[in-house]
Amino acid sequence: MADQIGYSQKVMEHFMNPHNVGVIENPDGYGKVGNPVCGDIMEIFIKVKDDVIEDIRFRTFGCGSAIATSSMVTDMARGKTLEEALKITRDDVATELEGLPPKKMHCSNLAADALHAAIEDYREKQKKE
Amino acid sequence: MEERIYLDHAAAMPVHPGVARFCRQFPDGFAGNPSTIYREGLQAQEAVATARERVAALVGTSAPDSIIFTSGATESNNIAIRGAALRNRKFGKRVVASATEHISVLNPAKDIQKGGFALTLAPVDRFGTIDLDALAAAVTPGTVITSIHHANNEIGTIQPIREVSAIVHEQGGLLHVDATDAAGRIPIDVERDGIDLLTLSGNQLGGPDGVGALYIRPGVRVQPVLVGGGQERGLRPGTENVFAIACMGEAARLAGEEMAGESKRLAAIRDRLIAGITGIEEAYLTGHPEERLPHHASFRFSRIEGESIQLAMDMLGIAVATGSACTSRTLEASHVLLAIGLAHAEAHGSMVATLGRRNSMDEVPRIVGAVGETVKRLRAITPL
Ligand code: FES
Repeated sequence: MADQIGYSQKVMEHFMNPHNVGVIENPDGYGKVGNPVCGDIMEIFIKVKDDVIEDIRFRTFGCGSAIATSSMVTDMARGKTLEEALKITRDDVATELEGLPPKKMHCSNLAADALHAAIEDYREKQKKE
Repeated sequence: MEERIYLDHAAAMPVHPGVARFCRQFPDGFAGNPSTIYREGLQAQEAVATARERVAALVGTSAPDSIIFTSGATESNNIAIRGAALRNRKFGKRVVASATEHISVLNPAKDIQKGGFALTLAPVDRFGTIDLDALAAAVTPGTVITSIHHANNEIGTIQPIREVSAIVHEQGGLLHVDATDAAGRIPIDVERDGIDLLTLSGNQLGGPDGVGALYIRPGVRVQPVLVGGGQERGLRPGTENVFAIACMGEAARLAGEEMAGESKRLAAIRDRLIAGITGIEEAYLTGHPEERLPHHASFRFSRIEGESIQLAMDMLGIAVATGSACTSRTLEASHVLLAIGLAHAEAHGSMVATLGRRNSMDEVPRIVGAVGETVKRLRAITPL
């Protein structure tokens, strides 16, 4: 449906009970991105061990879709290697959520971008050490 | 399952049970084009004439012919602004509107700039009340039409229409008032208030969708936006939507009859809601604390976003509105909330509750509780 505005069951589940909410004290990587479209903000914290994302948390100021995609992307990244996690795209997140209304696709960008930013941050820190 | 609580009457009103009864009693097999002279046609004519009288009575005019029926408030606003500006362009080519007008006023006002008209948006203060000094400066001698809504649908603020009228008429131009949200809720008297054109929505009176009306003061010239068969004094051609018009007439009659009692009842519920919700941490009323529509309560909450408030409330069985950028078609923040001076991020956390006849005082604790729970849940997720 081109102008669907309602959310899938899956989105609503993640919205109502988001997974991986919170902060990690002294994270190995931290990414924070703002949504240039509507002004929302998302941050992701990761803990990395042997190149694998061991723990991941997020906090989001945004719409239902932004919250659900944060929850989903953190679920998807947990336990993955950094290489694998970097390959997660906004379309993957949307697919896992059984689709997003077209107008809401930009929110899933935010989630993927925040994840990638956290991984970048981790790698930067590694270089310095 | 707990009963749903519907708090978005500004978006759509349930049809008033009295209107529904009236509509059902419409004679089976009713047909009739009001432009014909056989009996069916005359009956249709009669039904439209009765509706016209009832709408006229609601807005305080003794001239039913000053009412034309349209397809709704959007069309009425378009006819008022385009039609009056174009027909009277010799008077001047400036249009003034308040910054918080509905989009169906702002867009025709912007659109006629292509025809060489200039548009000035008059500012409002932090409560959403039109700044009368700024308005007086904006309304120049060549201002052909000024459009100020009677009350705002997002923040509930009621405008001082009589003062506005005095300012506009001092320069000799026309005053259009969009009364979509005010009619049937607060008294309107086009003659006493000095209104030249007035927009009404059928649905907002408790009638069906797809019908509205425009009051045009006798003697005010307006040119049609659509041209065709000459119905509605040539201003709204096309065979009349007799059924919807008759139902709107009944809605206007009932609204007039019940307004005083119902507005008082709703205002009491509204005040309780406002007291309860503004008791939540970092929750603020938007719009005017006193000069506001009796059924209207609007808020903003720091550090959380409106669509997620709306969704979470829906899950708790309550339908509310929001002006958040995330819910708008354009993903832009509400122009109303920006006009009252809120920052983009502040405008994000808005929630609007508009009451109707099925709401009761008993619902207030559940609503306040649900808002509190929602705010707490979303604040636990926010990075701000
Ligand atoms: S975060 Fe604003 S639309 Fe999704």
